[in-house]
Amino acid sequence: MPYIPHTNKDISEILKAVGASSIEELLSHLPAALRIKAPLNLPKGLSEQELTGVLKALGKENSTVEEYSSFLGAGAYNHYIPAAVNNLILRSEFYTSYTPYQPEISQGTLQAIFEYQTLVCQLTGMDVSNASLYDGASAVAEAVLMAKRLTGKEKIYLSSALHPEYRETVKTYLKGSGDHLFEVAYDAKTGSTLPETVNAVTGDDPACVVVQHPNFFGSLEDLEKISEIIHKKNGLLIVVVNEAVSFGLLKPAGELGCDIVVGENQSFGNTLSYGGPYLGFMATKTEFIRQMPGRIIGQTVDKQGKRAFCLTFATREQHIRRERATSNICTNHGLCALAASIHMVAIGSTGLQRLARLNLSKAEYLKEKLKGVEGAEVAFSAPTFNEFTIKLAKDPEEALKKLLKKRIMGGVSLKRFYPELGNHILVAATEMNSKEAIDAFADELAQA
Amino acid sequence: MEANGTKGLLMEEGLIFEKSSKGRTGVEPASFDVPEASAEALIPKNLLRDDIEGFPDVAEIDAVRHYTRLSQWNFGVDTGFYPLGSCTMKYNPKVNEDMARLPGLSMLHPYQPEELSQGALKLMYELEGFLAEISGMDAITLQPSAGAHGELCGLLLISDYFKSKGKPRTKIIIPDTAHGTNPASSHLAGFKVVPVKSEGKGVLSVEAVKAIMDTDTAALMLTNPNTIGLFESNIKEIAEIVHKKGGFVYCDGANLNAIMGIMKLGDLGVDVVQFNLHKTFSTPHGGGGPGSGPVGVRKALEPFLPIPRIKKAGKKFKLDYNRPKSIGRMKSFYGNFSIMVRAYTYIRRMGGEGLKRASEAAILNANYIKEKLKDSYALAYDQPCMHECVFSDRLQLGSGVATMDIAKRLIDYGYHPPTVYFPLVVPGAIMIEPTETETLETLDKFIEVMKLIADEAKATPQVLKDAPTKTKVQRVDEVRAAREPILRWK
Repeated sequence: MPYIPHTNKDISEILKAVGASSIEELLSHLPAALRIKAPLNLPKGLSEQELTGVLKALGKENSTVEEYSSFLGAGAYNHYIPAAVNNLILRSEFYTSYTPYQPEISQGTLQAIFEYQTLVCQLTGMDVSNASLYDGASAVAEAVLMAKRLTGKEKIYLSSALHPEYRETVKTYLKGSGDHLFEVAYDAKTGSTLPETVNAVTGDDPACVVVQHPNFFGSLEDLEKISEIIHKKNGLLIVVVNEAVSFGLLKPAGELGCDIVVGENQSFGNTLSYGGPYLGFMATKTEFIRQMPGRIIGQTVDKQGKRAFCLTFATREQHIRRERATSNICTNHGLCALAASIHMVAIGSTGLQRLARLNLSKAEYLKEKLKGVEGAEVAFSAPTFNEFTIKLAKDPEEALKKLLKKRIMGGVSLKRFYPELGNHILVAATEMNSKEAIDAFADELAQA
Repeated sequence: MEANGTKGLLMEEGLIFEKSSKGRTGVEPASFDVPEASAEALIPKNLLRDDIEGFPDVAEIDAVRHYTRLSQWNFGVDTGFYPLGSCTMKYNPKVNEDMARLPGLSMLHPYQPEELSQGALKLMYELEGFLAEISGMDAITLQPSAGAHGELCGLLLISDYFKSKGKPRTKIIIPDTAHGTNPASSHLAGFKVVPVKSEGKGVLSVEAVKAIMDTDTAALMLTNPNTIGLFESNIKEIAEIVHKKGGFVYCDGANLNAIMGIMKLGDLGVDVVQFNLHKTFSTPHGGGGPGSGPVGVRKALEPFLPIPRIKKAGKKFKLDYNRPKSIGRMKSFYGNFSIMVRAYTYIRRMGGEGLKRASEAAILNANYIKEKLKDSYALAYDQPCMHECVFSDRLQLGSGVATMDIAKRLIDYGYHPPTVYFPLVVPGAIMIEPTETETLETLDKFIEVMKLIADEAKATPQVLKDAPTKTKVQRVDEVRAAREPILRWK
């Protein structure tokens, strides 16, 4: 039997040692009435060779972003992952270990995550980071709960230009503690969250306002002004970044008055994988650390005074505090954080800044090309990074279908998320979109 | 006896930031094939960053050596025996990794059209079916990212069920043997936790539940087999009591590895269960995630499952968002897909018969260790166990040796320690879960070492207190880490 090394002789020996004549006898303390009567109705087990055939066949029933020219983004970005990443995360001392409960034999994981926390702080301009969370959406939900604990206030304001699936996730997470959730409508002209709207909507006692930057439409936000407004009302500013490559170009939210930065680090080192696993991140100010959820790694020394790392601030966590914990989180997304770190380290500060400018340039080139397509226009006026919204004169669903025939995934139709944007498509361009592919997209869209 | 762990050559390695030299490039990005846009002209100056202060610039070879060296300071299942109780550290098949990396199963964007994602949707649909069959549940969602995430999802389903009936309920009953995530998830879902004590035999009694179950209690949340490795033998009667008051039975599926093909949770009266694909279904633990925590439910709770649901229409698979009673979303997209690919691969490799054999072998291995060590260590409950067994340090305390010392000494012999100081109901607990993938020889060697350590505890207790000595670092000052926090390099 695969992965079960017991010979009949082994089984007899074990049974003899435990004083049972058969496996059935060993299980005889289980109530007979509760035992399964018929064998599990599952497909028969396969050899490894047959199995790979089955999985490859399933894979062939999909089309990939390598086979198609993809302009899809919306919270999941196609970036080139340096070869070193996969080679190193396949070091099985990394991927076959668990949460580093025993620091003496987990220094590899611990130091790597300590470095990851540092990298996240450097990118976001914040003081401290946790060891990662599940994904961008659940990270926003955790940040909102954290803001409620920090301020003792209930009212949560989400920009409507925050990823719709993130907003839905926050709503689900708030079910248990009272849903005082309000929206700050985006501005139809700029596609951004106007500071004056934040001011008008948030009332006297907001716990926090949450804005995404660049936002779901690709627009950049005026974080400094929003920060001033929300702080005057003693609320917190939560900034969400779900295209982490933008850190290479944009001023970190920590320098713009933000209190908690959360988001999605999938862009570094993690393949698209049909939506997961991805990598939620969270960074905040030193004074808020006791309310931050998730694992945290700290530096300390061993018995001989040598630098060492270990899990710390465990008194916030569920295994100590049980129902009074800051969160129910047990594991993080350790291996995804490792992949992201390796990617960041492999390209370095010089590489990341260049990569960010390359992304900006690809998107601006695409923008110019699409401006030249009759019946297409750039929908919003705010500056953007590598993603933006276009408005078509014709039905975008039809146009996208026609593009598929030319092996182009032409963007995400916004109708499902925003009924008022029934003619709009969200398009992203990264270093993976060549000039030729961008030219072809514009040409085919003109004919679609 | 000669120790298993010997000291190999481990390289000292500083933090990556200490190796940085400005201007050095590792892997450079692609060249510009479009005109370089002027960020300064397009984006307001106050939104542009200057440098990324402290961010490392290292050569590719140094990045590779850095992480290779770090990996060598880690202990994984591939390094050696890892009997970490309740975590099911079974072998992670290599074919799983290859399958998860097939371009056809990894280079897929979550928003690509359904017609281009039929293979992925089919895999998920079939995996839901497999998990339903294994657990005896009616419907499965694959969306939650981890066990605790699944718990939260399951509890929110229960909460919304009662709200939809216009009769919200406020309490969850949780035994004292439970994982800390159970009360934490209940609190997050808005419930008050009502603890219930397990009786002398380490399992829940019918009377204890009867005494506190009422019509304000939404669910009883238990783990079966429980965290002591014992089968909750009164489960059926307990479930009847809970059901009679209109409540649900939630089972934490952390220990599903003990009962596959032997019992179905549905037949035991369980209404909701979360699976841990990273435990039972052989997907790697990744140094602390990513896992995957699907949730199975009975029909009554199916309308509340997260959006989207995967539907089969004829031969085609679709994502269904039109679910008015759904609790909403636990996360973006559809769950940790590449973990699902690994679990699917495992189940197809094992088949139904293989899964049953796996559970049987896991039980055999745990009982073997229990029998062989019960003269050397105090057994918490002397009765047949399921997939794990729990000892304590009671026999060693007289020599001034505690569970932590035993655990650290095991490291010097080349073993990952068991789970220690959990469950909380057993003081100084040592919880051993060998899993089915270990050979009899491995178990025998481990048993020999454990006995040797018991002898050392009497004869030379200081050896245990000084352990480990063969590791990269010796005992780590965890108190200092919390008192003088250094949480990043500067």
